[in-house]
Amino acid sequence: MEILSDEGGRRHVRSVYRAMLTARVLENKLGSLYKAGKIVGGVYLGKGQEAVSASLATCLEKGRDVFAPLIRDQAGRTAFGEDLLDCTRTYLGSVDGPMRGRDGNIHRGRPAEGMPAMISHLGASISLVSGMLLAKRLKGTLDGVVGATCIGDGCTSTGSFHEGLNTAAVEKLPLVLTVANNQYAYSTPNVHQFACERLVDKAVGYGVRGHQVDGTDMLACVEVMYEAVERARAGEGPQLVVAEMLRLTGHGEHDDAFYVDAAIKQSGVGRDCLEVGRKQMVDGGFAGGDEIDTWQEEAAQTVQQALAQAQKERSPDPYQDDWQAYATHLSTYYNQD
Amino acid sequence: MSEVTYIDAIHAALDKAMADDPGVFLYGQDIGTFGGAFKATKGLVGKYPGRVLDAPISEDAMAGVAIGAAIEGARPVLEMQFADFSSVAFNQIVNQAATHYYRTGVPVPLTVRLPSGGTPGSGPFHSQSMESIYAHYPGLVVVTPATVADAYSMLLESIELDDPVVFCEHKFLYRWLKSENFDGDALPIGKARITRPGKHATVVAYSAMVHEAVRAAEILHAEGGWEIEVVDLRSVKPLDTDTVVASVARTGRLLVVGEAFPWGGVTAEVVSRVSADGFHLLDAPPVRLNARDTPIPYHPKLWSSHRPTPESIVHELLKLLNY
Ligand SMILES: Cc1ncc(C[n+]2csc(CCOP(=O)(O)OP(=O)(O)O)c2C)c(N)n1
Repeated sequence: MEILSDEGGRRHVRSVYRAMLTARVLENKLGSLYKAGKIVGGVYLGKGQEAVSASLATCLEKGRDVFAPLIRDQAGRTAFGEDLLDCTRTYLGSVDGPMRGRDGNIHRGRPAEGMPAMISHLGASISLVSGMLLAKRLKGTLDGVVGATCIGDGCTSTGSFHEGLNTAAVEKLPLVLTVANNQYAYSTPNVHQFACERLVDKAVGYGVRGHQVDGTDMLACVEVMYEAVERARAGEGPQLVVAEMLRLTGHGEHDDAFYVDAAIKQSGVGRDCLEVGRKQMVDGGFAGGDEIDTWQEEAAQTVQQALAQAQKERSPDPYQDDWQAYATHLSTYYNQD
Repeated sequence: MSEVTYIDAIHAALDKAMADDPGVFLYGQDIGTFGGAFKATKGLVGKYPGRVLDAPISEDAMAGVAIGAAIEGARPVLEMQFADFSSVAFNQIVNQAATHYYRTGVPVPLTVRLPSGGTPGSGPFHSQSMESIYAHYPGLVVVTPATVADAYSMLLESIELDDPVVFCEHKFLYRWLKSENFDGDALPIGKARITRPGKHATVVAYSAMVHEAVRAAEILHAEGGWEIEVVDLRSVKPLDTDTVVASVARTGRLLVVGEAFPWGGVTAEVVSRVSADGFHLLDAPPVRLNARDTPIPYHPKLWSSHRPTPESIVHELLKLLNY
């Protein structure tokens, strides 16, 4: 496919891998900070899912497209161009972060800039992104725009998933819905989550195009995501992408994932997409090993700087906060309460 | 203008909002060509092509779509076919819409219309009043117009507000309530109205119960010369405690009437606020009257003794007056 061969394609692949690498460096650091008790709230990592997340978001353009990440999409956030400070500030509880201490960590977002802030309720972002696309259609600014959101295998069991995908299909919205099938939803294995053989077959039922990919194979992810996003952009309607991999951490850093089957770890889905990606980068001549090592050092420095900056910032002050949940003049009534 | 009904007022407000602002669009089940289950949107799809959208039966996704559109700067008006089905959209409304401005600073200018309350023969799933449940959540505005003029002005104001509004319109009032025109003393959302002045007791009510309370006040006036003050809350969130307490200061007695279930809720909130802020003004313990604490029955005979009526309001008021 051209995406892998021409100069633009090569730059694209390099961006994908670099975002994966930066996310891994950042998340390793966040993991240590969590263990050191320095994080406000929980830490949920995307280790093992960087390829699918970064290859999706690298196809998107900040300022034009919509990207609604989920808990394991740090790589996608980075690829979409989210400022690292947004991340470190929310994890360390700085009032200067996008959520001002009112919500934390993976829930951060800048909806006015095309990145909705996630709520915990799984599946809620699917229709939300559809609504953002629908509003653009009404304004006449939808042409060439894509909205993407990410869910896990567990989320495919929710009513929101069914309602959201069906509604997007009915409205033929340019929605790319990515499922990271990491074999477990928290501790629940797929056998207790769904009874169909392949999640991607659900696409048929909703009348949308389905794509299946090995989420541990970076180049495969790059190709499949590129195709899915381009099809949505071209007006072909919602695209369902299902990527198979294993979550290489616990559900959160509080979870040691004792329940993960040893045989699965040894199998193909247990591969680390970052290691696979590095080999593909070098073997395919996308970047040399030395260059990748330099990227890694640069990532470590950027992460360190962002953490240092967030660390010296103020945490929210209950006496300074206006505690305002209303945008309009109605807020004055509440101040009297 | 000939006589206009409460549903005419809703239709006219939707029409005006769409004419005034191209960002306003309507989303709901069967609201296009069919004109909505209660015909609130009749004819609008032809007048505003592409802005009256039929939704699949997916209340969760409908609300999510409307919230996403609102975040993006549109002004969606979402019609729930019946208030009862908004329970399927509950998560989106209370977790996504209600929290959004506080969390992100980006407002959600969404209006959700809930055809609320009971009509004879409607049963447990087409009769519910959900205002107490939504009012529980910070970030939502919850309004309950009781008059034709309020249905008109409050719907227009709801659509203009940058906050998410749960607009509880009463199904019984749709065609029963008639008026000369849509004009009234258009109070803003958040202000209660003294519907009928009095001096012996205050009845606080909202939505269809305002009319039942006025009926009860008329009966007591005719039968005993009592002068009962009726306060229409109009919006339950924000709740105009000042007007209620000022009324209790005049009358010394309080009955709060609501059509919703009795446990907790708007009536309990009013009693609690008056007890806290105006305990010294009360000459008798404050009383509340709600529907019975059972699912809403189907048969009109059961239904009409399930919800407050002029007779049951009179009964409670006499106890209060003779305390
Ligand atoms: C509606 C809802 N129910 C329950 C939860 C609690 N919860 C958070 S993550 C999770 C597992 C999610 O599994 P999956 O969708 O497969 O994503 P993964 O964590 O595997 O990436 C659960 C049950 C939730 N967030 N939302």
